[in-house]
Amino acid sequence: MTAPFPTRKQEEWRYADLDALEPVWEQFAEPRTLIVGPGESLEEVWLPTGDDVQVRRVELALGEGASARIFVLNTAPVYGRIELEISLATNADFELYGANIGTALATNEIVTVVKHLGVGGRSRQVIRSVLNGKATGSYLGKVEVARGAQQTDAEQSVKAMLLDRGATANAKPELEIFADDVKCAHGATVGELDATQLFYAESRGLDPAGARALLLEGFVMGLWDSVSDGDSIADAAREALRRIV
Amino acid sequence: MLKIENLHATVADKPILNGVSLHVPAGEVHAIMGPNGSGKSTLAYVLAGRPGYAVSEGGAMFDGRDLLALEPHERAAAGLFLGFQYPVEIPGVSYLQFLRESLNSQRRSRGEAELSGAEFIKLAREQAALLGMDAEMLKRPVNVGFSGGEKKRAEMVQMGIMNPRFAVLDETDSGLDIDALKAVGAGINRIMRDPSKGVLLITHYQRLLDYVEPDKVHVLNGGRIVRSGGPELAKELEREGYVEAAA
Repeated sequence: MTAPFPTRKQEEWRYADLDALEPVWEQFAEPRTLIVGPGESLEEVWLPTGDDVQVRRVELALGEGASARIFVLNTAPVYGRIELEISLATNADFELYGANIGTALATNEIVTVVKHLGVGGRSRQVIRSVLNGKATGSYLGKVEVARGAQQTDAEQSVKAMLLDRGATANAKPELEIFADDVKCAHGATVGELDATQLFYAESRGLDPAGARALLLEGFVMGLWDSVSDGDSIADAAREALRRIV
Repeated sequence: MLKIENLHATVADKPILNGVSLHVPAGEVHAIMGPNGSGKSTLAYVLAGRPGYAVSEGGAMFDGRDLLALEPHERAAAGLFLGFQYPVEIPGVSYLQFLRESLNSQRRSRGEAELSGAEFIKLAREQAALLGMDAEMLKRPVNVGFSGGEKKRAEMVQMGIMNPRFAVLDETDSGLDIDALKAVGAGINRIMRDPSKGVLLITHYQRLLDYVEPDKVHVLNGGRIVRSGGPELAKELEREGYVEAAA
């Protein structure tokens, strides 16, 4: 049985491209479940597939002391959605490093719910979006800290770079906290390339497109600093940036 | 080599340069001195092509080419280097990558072969060592976390790597302690003292000129060159101040 098709009235689908999703909904309706047992660790790199519509819906459960790191490049040509619901038991550790890179009319979004259920959990989400044309890039991230989940340390860092006037970035970090000894940092910025940095790079001999590409690379590439699984995601991100500069 | 004629320029519609004329032949170092707000940095930016600095009259020729008709990166490829008064930080981009891509972009546009990663690293290490800079710093993001003195030293390392034909150095001496000043002065002499090269050295103070002796000194005031002379003019300025000496 397929789950009911979402509507835009649901907050987590508010910015979605439902027209693009509808024909392929059946294929994505059921989320994938990942379980990381106590003390175990998981690292995943999610690369784009090249399809017009790319959706990943994942439920991730981290046992006591478990850790997971997910690196994702979301750059579908029409609609890309990364949807993650994570639950953290005591002392579990979750990190998400994601980029939305979009051009033309693409909509790419990362939607997360992080549930801190036990004491001493740590979560860190770092999202960077680079958008040109009339592309949309969104991050909707909810962090829930359950009653008693003291010493939770949750961080959300969301930055977007808009290269054209028609591009849109949505950033919505959200916190719901039922404990009184927690740290929940969140920050969101939307900007454009810095003219002084561009001139500095051009004065050293980079042509304008090369200078833009280099600055954008600097903006995005830090996401992959801690990935142990080769250069695949860095190469794919570089390729995606080249397409939109 | 560099010939500036009757150059007028405005920034945000405000006239800053009001008819600068200056000729730096190959093989010479010229110093430009002047009080705050006299137009020194504006002159440097106009020569390098910074957006927002509009030339309203006059021009500048570099080796017989119309310098002002070139884009900033084309000026770099033609051999012009600007040493920034305030070097810019670029988070996320390592110095090595920044300089390698810049240099190779210049070389491509001149029809020269690009340097491989290994060739470039060798060159960068050599130049860093010559300026007394730890080459490990080049692995860090461009100028991020560098002290004022380290940034200026790094500008000179960049100049050594680019090996330009003409350098405009905008207050490269400001913010340097005496050891760094000596190292930077020696760097300028080593890289740029050559019969085929030229330098325009913009400075407030005489002290850098103790290490890099200029062939000519010009005083810029009110957006115009009000006096020119030999190296002794710099000493006179230091003694008497701009108001007296430029009167």
